[in-house]
Amino acid sequence: MTDAALPHSAVEADAPARRDFGLKRRHAAERRFRLYGIVAIFIGLGFLAILLVSIVSKGYTAFVQTAITVPVEFSADIIDKDNERATNPRVLVSANYPVVARNAVAKALGVSPDDKAAMREVAKFVSDGNRATLRQIVMEDPSVIGTTRDVTLLAAADIDSANKGQIDLAVPQDKRKVSDRQIAWLDQLKAEGAISTPFNWGLLTFGASSRPETSGLGVALAGSLYMMAIVLLCALPIGVAASIYLEEFAKKDRFTDFIEVNINNLAAVPSIVFGLLGLAVFINFFGLPRSAPIVGGLVLTLMTLPTIIIATRAALRSVPPSIRTAALGVGASKMQMVFDHVLPLATPGILTGTIIGLARALGETAPLLLIGMVAFVADAPTSPLSPATALPVQIYMWSNEAERAFVERTSGAIIVLLAFLAIMNIAAILLRRHFERRW
Amino acid sequence: MSLETVATTSAAPVTAPRNAPPKMQGEKVCVFYGAKQALFDVDLKIEQFSVTSLIGPSGCGKSTFLRSLNRMNDTIDGCRVSGKITLDKDDIYDPSIDVVELRARVGMVFQKPNPFPKSIYENVAYGPRIHGIARNKTDMDEIVHSSLRRAGLWNEVKDRLNEPGTGLSGGQQQRLCIARAIATRPEVLLMDEPCSALDPIATAVIEELIDELRENFTIVIVTHSMQQAARVSQKTAFFHLGKLIEEGKTEDIFTNPRNKQTQDYITGRIG
Repeated sequence: MTDAALPHSAVEADAPARRDFGLKRRHAAERRFRLYGIVAIFIGLGFLAILLVSIVSKGYTAFVQTAITVPVEFSADIIDKDNERATNPRVLVSANYPVVARNAVAKALGVSPDDKAAMREVAKFVSDGNRATLRQIVMEDPSVIGTTRDVTLLAAADIDSANKGQIDLAVPQDKRKVSDRQIAWLDQLKAEGAISTPFNWGLLTFGASSRPETSGLGVALAGSLYMMAIVLLCALPIGVAASIYLEEFAKKDRFTDFIEVNINNLAAVPSIVFGLLGLAVFINFFGLPRSAPIVGGLVLTLMTLPTIIIATRAALRSVPPSIRTAALGVGASKMQMVFDHVLPLATPGILTGTIIGLARALGETAPLLLIGMVAFVADAPTSPLSPATALPVQIYMWSNEAERAFVERTSGAIIVLLAFLAIMNIAAILLRRHFERRW
Repeated sequence: MSLETVATTSAAPVTAPRNAPPKMQGEKVCVFYGAKQALFDVDLKIEQFSVTSLIGPSGCGKSTFLRSLNRMNDTIDGCRVSGKITLDKDDIYDPSIDVVELRARVGMVFQKPNPFPKSIYENVAYGPRIHGIARNKTDMDEIVHSSLRRAGLWNEVKDRLNEPGTGLSGGQQQRLCIARAIATRPEVLLMDEPCSALDPIATAVIEELIDELRENFTIVIVTHSMQQAARVSQKTAFFHLGKLIEEGKTEDIFTNPRNKQTQDYITGRIG
């Protein structure tokens, strides 16, 4: 403005020295700041890449499992030596199936049944978990006894590791878990085409097991799924209702201020404290079962509520006040205003907040340890009241195991967990797009 | 405060008494925002089927008075109204009056066009629907049609009733808001600076519309433009610093103001 007031003649008389606005300095500062930003982004992306690469490179092998396809002789001498299966079906349940599996592999390898040392190594070559597979074949069709048919048997975990090249063969034989003879057998079976590496469905369906090849995330997935359902069913309605009341109906006074401060504080409470709360209230006071997804779900609900309330209130507040006055102006009641106009506009924000809260709950471990969800659960939970574990807890438990096959399973479970989190975040983005696109 | 004495001496009504009772009447209306008083003892009659304009400099309380006529002030925390405002002899601040019914009878058009982010049809149909005015779809179509026609918007939007109301131009949006307001068949229509966000052409369209709507509605309009007040209204009230300084027939106020402050304002010396 002051420039305009300068005498015009002075400008024309002689071109004045250009005023120094410090442009060089200002542009340099801006360039520097941009550079900092780019460096920060690259550092962040770099760490993310390192994390993903290390997890995926360690864990991708967990998704395949070495299997041996050999002709199995369902010998009546082993399964039912006294021929009493017609009268006593328990015989078929408790038969010595591991021996059936061992004999089948031994025969395929040409190992003599009299060579006791070799037979012990053959027994360690196949998984003890084949018991269930063979039992199921026999139970479904007892007429298979006495015949021979091709069955795909699980290799033992150490053989699986050897097949995936995870065993260092330079180490002397007596210091590793796989003998030279077993390696030779593996090569022999490979040459015969009996070894295959199918997709490891067991990783997603099996429960807890002390044998890596038969342990999976089935129980943890079911437990996490139950808990997410409980969190969604409890936290979303309660959180949205509380936010609507606080934002649209409650008078702004000291009491609502007090509530607001406390909700913000709750969001910052360490999750393990919620675990203690759940232990004291839900298990000790209400007598709900330990290790049950219902307790885990309720604890995670408490933990997610503040997140949902804060997100919902922010979403409600971002709806322009003109929409509210417009609705009230045509004579809408306050409730009609909220449910016909404000809530639909706030939906994308509410959904995003809810899904981010759910994702946080899905990855939460500490409170679940306190309510006993860190447990050896072999059977999938049939209801939210039966014992289960959760995905992050299963990762925690597997990471404590020493065997090589559990190491790859730990990373495999992390990949599964990250995949679920990615799916949820993508769902949040898609839902937000969908609801925003309407207008 | 010398202004106060001026105000009290000049607050007497100027208009010739009419036979018809006023549609709305404020008596000793005071409005407080918390501890701050925004309106001081306003007495104003609003005649049926005429346009009353409220003029005055910013912050003079004219919008506050307008908003107290359909209790939109209720939505502001800490706002308190004393005195008496009647609609057909009913005290609208009486506890027995439901504010929802009041706002159905006293509609409002706001300064900034604020259509709902829904379709044009839905914008107009929303009021009749929540008040149960339409019995069926045909009824509703008829209400939407006639409201849009009376708001002078029908020809422009008849082919795109299902498109969002927020996609219209500013002037069209404001006419959509007028259509929305008259769709609930209010008795009184309050307009809070309805043209302040519009260009002169859109303003002219809306002023023409106000003149037509006068046949069926009682209209109260707040405006910053004295020309607009002179063009559209039959009665004008001048507010200053929360007080009603002068009211009367529009031609009297603009040609022969009795109060010095009114004269200063309409000649552009204050405000």
